[in-house]
Amino acid sequence: MKKLLAVVLSLVLALSALTVAGCNQAGTADKGKVKVGFIYLHDENSTYDKNFMNGAKAACEAQGVEYIQKYPIPEGAECKEAAIDLIDSGCTIIFADSFGHEDFLLEAAKEYPNVQFCHATGTQAHTAGLKNLHNAFAAIYEGRYMAGVAAGMKLNEMIEAGKFTADEAKMGYVGAFTYAEVISGYTSFYLGAKSVCPSVTMEVQFPGSWYDEAKEKEAAQTLLANGCKLISQHADSMGAPTACETAGVPNVSYNGSTLAACPKTFIVSSRIDWQPYMEYMIKQVKEGKAIDTDWTGTLATGSVVLTDVNTAVAAAGTVEKLAEIKAQLQAGTLHVFDTSTFTKDGANLTSYMADVDTDTNYTPDTEAIKDGYFHESEYRSAPYFDIQIDGITLLNAEY
Amino acid sequence: MKEPLFHIIKRTDVVWWKAWLIRAIAILAAFLVAAILTVIMTGLNPFSVFGAMFSGAFGTERRILKLFQGTAILLCIGLAVTPAFRMRFWNIGAEGQVLAGGMAAATVLIFAGDRMPSAFVIILCLAAAVTAGAIWAVIPALFKAKWNTNETLFTLMMNYIAIQIIKYFVLLWSVPKGSGQIGIINGTSQSGWLPKLFGQDYIFNIVIVAILTVLVFVYLRYTKHGYEISVVGESEKTARYIGINVKKVIIRTMILSGAIAGLAGFLLVNGTDHTISADTAGGNGFTAIMVSWLAKFNPLVMFLSSFLIVFLQKGAGQITTDFGLNKSFSDILTGIIIFFIIGCEFFINYRIVFRSSRKEAEKS
Repeated sequence: MKKLLAVVLSLVLALSALTVAGCNQAGTADKGKVKVGFIYLHDENSTYDKNFMNGAKAACEAQGVEYIQKYPIPEGAECKEAAIDLIDSGCTIIFADSFGHEDFLLEAAKEYPNVQFCHATGTQAHTAGLKNLHNAFAAIYEGRYMAGVAAGMKLNEMIEAGKFTADEAKMGYVGAFTYAEVISGYTSFYLGAKSVCPSVTMEVQFPGSWYDEAKEKEAAQTLLANGCKLISQHADSMGAPTACETAGVPNVSYNGSTLAACPKTFIVSSRIDWQPYMEYMIKQVKEGKAIDTDWTGTLATGSVVLTDVNTAVAAAGTVEKLAEIKAQLQAGTLHVFDTSTFTKDGANLTSYMADVDTDTNYTPDTEAIKDGYFHESEYRSAPYFDIQIDGITLLNAEY
Repeated sequence: MKEPLFHIIKRTDVVWWKAWLIRAIAILAAFLVAAILTVIMTGLNPFSVFGAMFSGAFGTERRILKLFQGTAILLCIGLAVTPAFRMRFWNIGAEGQVLAGGMAAATVLIFAGDRMPSAFVIILCLAAAVTAGAIWAVIPALFKAKWNTNETLFTLMMNYIAIQIIKYFVLLWSVPKGSGQIGIINGTSQSGWLPKLFGQDYIFNIVIVAILTVLVFVYLRYTKHGYEISVVGESEKTARYIGINVKKVIIRTMILSGAIAGLAGFLLVNGTDHTISADTAGGNGFTAIMVSWLAKFNPLVMFLSSFLIVFLQKGAGQITTDFGLNKSFSDILTGIIIFFIIGCEFFINYRIVFRSSRKEAEKS
């Protein structure tokens, strides 16, 4: 009995000692007018979410506002709960980063009309009829096109070095799902490569997940086994880049530089810089102005960016060439989806009805081809280019 | 021969206050270890970290409501596995049974949602979910009864089948096409959604599970079925000797087990999520095993164990938010606390007697 008492007493003592030691460190933060709540799908190990976290930190620090971040928040009722919890904590802007969050954000937006809900990659704001729900995306297809040019130049370099013939120039692409955002992404990447390496073909493997390191790695390995000479991806883990590094095959990345993990194979990465949009939404709320229902970032707003080129791997002259392409894209003299540069079933397209307004039957509603090119991200920020063009083979389209 | 340093002796006469004192010590010790680890690994004040845990669970009215809602779901799944556990049938397939129920409810929501009155849809969803859960559970029970297959492996594998079936249908029915998610079902009409009670979400779930808890308690403690389950659990041979049809009891109990798990799936889909994905059960099917064990298969005590676990989960989430720590760290803290709580049951059931004190005891 005595022993038991001794154990209890010593534990109480130890805990109270810690209390005293700890109390001095507690700090309180000043209350700002605008407070932003961020909801992320995964933690910082996902390159996709990490990219948003970096943008959020930079934007809030630049604007001098407080922010709270919640993660990992799955694409379910938890998202609505997280949003309401952030509002209870004083947030006046809620930002969510994943496509599947949108439905739940919309639910919360109906209940809290005085809070602004900003959602990245979503499609419903322009048809939902809510004043406080906003979508944002960037014309990332332009960034992917530029990354594709870098990939094409690398292929040319390898062909010239006699590593394989021009006919064998085949790229691989790991794309999460057969969803318009992914199709738009890999097609623009492919067209970029094709603009400098005309004989290139591409195979796409779908892991059926936005974030599954093992499956993405497996998809990359399938492509490598099929003889792909260069890999790019639209998925959020390090699966594909590390598979390339192990195999010594060049990789064009997404969401941010993978140079540190893949120094021997990383060429360049396109990514969306979310800081401009986040600063914009904070500014609008600060000044009491409305946020655009549907906002598209561009090269000009600084939303579409490329990381530094890894000159150790990239072909000579890549940096100069990319600067040139960027200038042409900005000037409007070059269009990514120029209908003269690609065919579908052997024919050039002159008309295509795209599904811009989301409805349950996916009815195509908007003519997207005008003036000789497909107008991507103009009628809505989220991509809607979903044409399967010639030269690209889908290995497992069940996703 | 040299005497070992200590002996472990079974306790039979532990008084209730001593048992609870041991539990209290375990919790204190757990917090102490967690605090030391927090200081070493993050340099943060451990008390503000623990404070965040409480604020995450009780900080606002909404959080308290969520705490009870989470407890209700976990408790419901705990109630599902308990009848099976009491007859020593190791049903670790609750995750799959919940998902089967949820999938059935979601299917009805999608196809019947706008074709009939909401109340009717709810009843149909409930019937579909309970049936699907029961079917998912009775398959391993039939195999066990007929061919004496290993129920642990069988029920475990059934989880993966359920998960893959859901993944398949989520892709098939995804909105928008190809996005890999179904999104909110009947978002505008709210057809088939469980109604709010007292102007609050989730109260419906909480009330249903509260009633269910009492029912399961009464069923296990005071009915002939409950008695049969206990006898089969104690010894199948005895059960057979006194004329209990063991196969029948196994199959009947697993149908009940699966039906309750299906009900949990229904509550998740119609009551809270209004969608379906492979994450709908969120691992609660496995956590519920712990809920049931910690409470020694007593449904009323299971309220406490599920409440404790959900409290730790909610608190852990708040730590991640407040301190920008990776969720893995808060998982470590909850892991430590649960480890101590489970571990202390050993000291309640056994006594450690050291060499010297043993000799003294012999002398006197």
